[in-house]
Amino acid sequence: MANFKDWLKETFKALSPARVGEYIQESQVYRSIFRVGVPDSDRKRMLVMLGNVFLHLHPVKVRKSGIRMRYTWCMGGITFFLFLSLTFTGLLLMFYYRPTLEYAYVDIRDLREQVPLGIMREIHRWGAHAMVIAVWLHMYRVFMTGSYKPPREFNWNVGVILLVLTLLLSFTGYLLPWDQLAIWAITVGSNMARATPFAGHEGPGSALLKLGDIAFVNNQSDMRFALLGGRFVGEAALLRFYVLHCVGLPLVAGFLMAIHFWRIRRDGGISGPL
Amino acid sequence: MFIKDFINAITAPYFLITAAAILLLVSLKYPDKFYTSKSGAIVFACMFGFLGISVLDPNFRLIVTKADNVPIVGMLFLVPFFTWFALREAVRNDKRIAEGKPLVEQEETADKVLTWPDLVYTELICMVVLTVVLIGWSMALQAPLEEPANPSSSPNPSKAPWYFLGLQEMLVYFDPWLAGVVFPGLIIVGLMAIPYIDTNPKGNGYFTLRERRWEITTFLFGFLILWILLVILGTFLRGPNWNFFGPYEFWDIHKLEALVNVNLSEYIWVKGLGMGLPKNPIIREIFGFLVVLGYFLLIPPLLAKTWLKRFYQTLGPIRFHVMTFLLLAMTALPIKMVLRWLFNLKYIIGIPEYFFNI
Ligand code: HEM
Repeated sequence: MANFKDWLKETFKALSPARVGEYIQESQVYRSIFRVGVPDSDRKRMLVMLGNVFLHLHPVKVRKSGIRMRYTWCMGGITFFLFLSLTFTGLLLMFYYRPTLEYAYVDIRDLREQVPLGIMREIHRWGAHAMVIAVWLHMYRVFMTGSYKPPREFNWNVGVILLVLTLLLSFTGYLLPWDQLAIWAITVGSNMARATPFAGHEGPGSALLKLGDIAFVNNQSDMRFALLGGRFVGEAALLRFYVLHCVGLPLVAGFLMAIHFWRIRRDGGISGPL
Repeated sequence: MFIKDFINAITAPYFLITAAAILLLVSLKYPDKFYTSKSGAIVFACMFGFLGISVLDPNFRLIVTKADNVPIVGMLFLVPFFTWFALREAVRNDKRIAEGKPLVEQEETADKVLTWPDLVYTELICMVVLTVVLIGWSMALQAPLEEPANPSSSPNPSKAPWYFLGLQEMLVYFDPWLAGVVFPGLIIVGLMAIPYIDTNPKGNGYFTLRERRWEITTFLFGFLILWILLVILGTFLRGPNWNFFGPYEFWDIHKLEALVNVNLSEYIWVKGLGMGLPKNPIIREIFGFLVVLGYFLLIPPLLAKTWLKRFYQTLGPIRFHVMTFLLLAMTALPIKMVLRWLFNLKYIIGIPEYFFNI
């Protein structure tokens, strides 16, 4: 009996959360993934930053003034996080959405009506709006702290391109629901391309580009046509915007973000007074 | 009723933009009066009060609660908040500089902390909060989905996505080739040029106003007035036919706005000289060409000799001329606005035959 009691006690002890945690942390599987273990000492805290591919975006040590919310407003980080959320929810949306005139609108409608927990579209749309605002505020903060000054001139420029890409991502996505809001917003936006100097058929200078009677820049060969793949916002435009929105622009943006983050470290970390 | 009419009247573009610009410039002149904790509290209390009372109005509610406009309501608070915040920090630092004390940031610059946990945890909390906010927002507010696309019936107003409404607002004053192509291009180029034009070594890595007064004033004018304010104007105050509607006004499709805009050429040839318009467009628009060329070619050397002399000396000719060109392009917008408001001026150069209208 006493033996059994002891045995029970031992078993309980062995199964207590703390012990189980230790077992797991000592197991070969765990050690093969997380080399450092629980970062409970300064040494381990540094090793963790070096050993993890995501965390190693950061340096091991940072200036205290640079990571203050008061200073960065956390806006670059928020932008990045929103970008990741948008990638994730966008991927889920791609399971359901087909970019054709026949299906586009119906698929979007069904997201709400047929798909369980159908708020992926909401998260994606509101996240996109929030990302635009966050990028603006991030640029605002970088300006107000003078962080574009040497040595960070180049990273500011990478940032400006990222800002443009963010707007283009949002713009191309706006068309995909294929409702009245979508096509008319894109029509208004892309009408501008018609007026590109020299390259749009209603732009200044385009009338000069002709040979005899043949105008080189007409409504089938101008900037707007190239953007939309047609003379109006139709199926070709939908496909073009879809491909750019889901593949082209995110790839370029992701690539530039990698450069942006790399440069932050190369330029001596988050800026601060000398 | 009276108050609503009053607010409808003072949100008219010419008044709103002018008042905002003056407020901005005055507040930058006396930052230690405007950007204090107390004034911030008062302003935000007023803004929330305004919003809270205004949503009782059905027309106001209609436009503010339109799903896609909700984020812009958020921006309406966020941008002033961060403006106030950044400038309050700047005022604090300026005071410290004047007293010879270290900057707020400097007190902690030498302090190196471990990224884990100090930064990683902040990020984690940020992510959790943001996730909760996004999910809550998404559950509360459905994404809009209107009627299926119909290429033959355009809604009125047809608006671009909200972040481009500042550009669409420029269309009131400039033709598409400028408002939709050249100016957006110049905005991008101008932003990229900032670090190469601004050679002031001070104010790198901390909030300050006094050490960078000129740069900050220019940027804030462009960003707050010509960018954010125009987006807000385009979103909330532009209705059918891109007519202006006050915040409590019903969006009446039949609202008429008398449009009797006159070209500069008509002003000079017809009204000034009492002659007819010449046939040849180049001669007809000769004064417009002179004005535009003079604006871009004569003003910079003039500035180099007078008001901006110190810039010319420190920047050198190339930087200086790039800077003045970009500045003049930026101020072209408010100048054209004022000319429109005061003189109903349509085009300074108007050659519709070649789509060349300025
Ligand atoms: C997709 C867009 C962007 C992402 C994800 C992003 C991300 C970040 C992050 C995470 C940081 C670290 C500091 C912070 O959070 O403030 C940062 C710093 C910086 N960003 Fe961005 N950014 C973006 C766009 C921009 C834009 C539009 C600009 C400027 C026009 C810009 C210029 C800079 C500069 C100069 C720094 C260094 C700031 C310093 O050292 O204090 N970035 N960015």
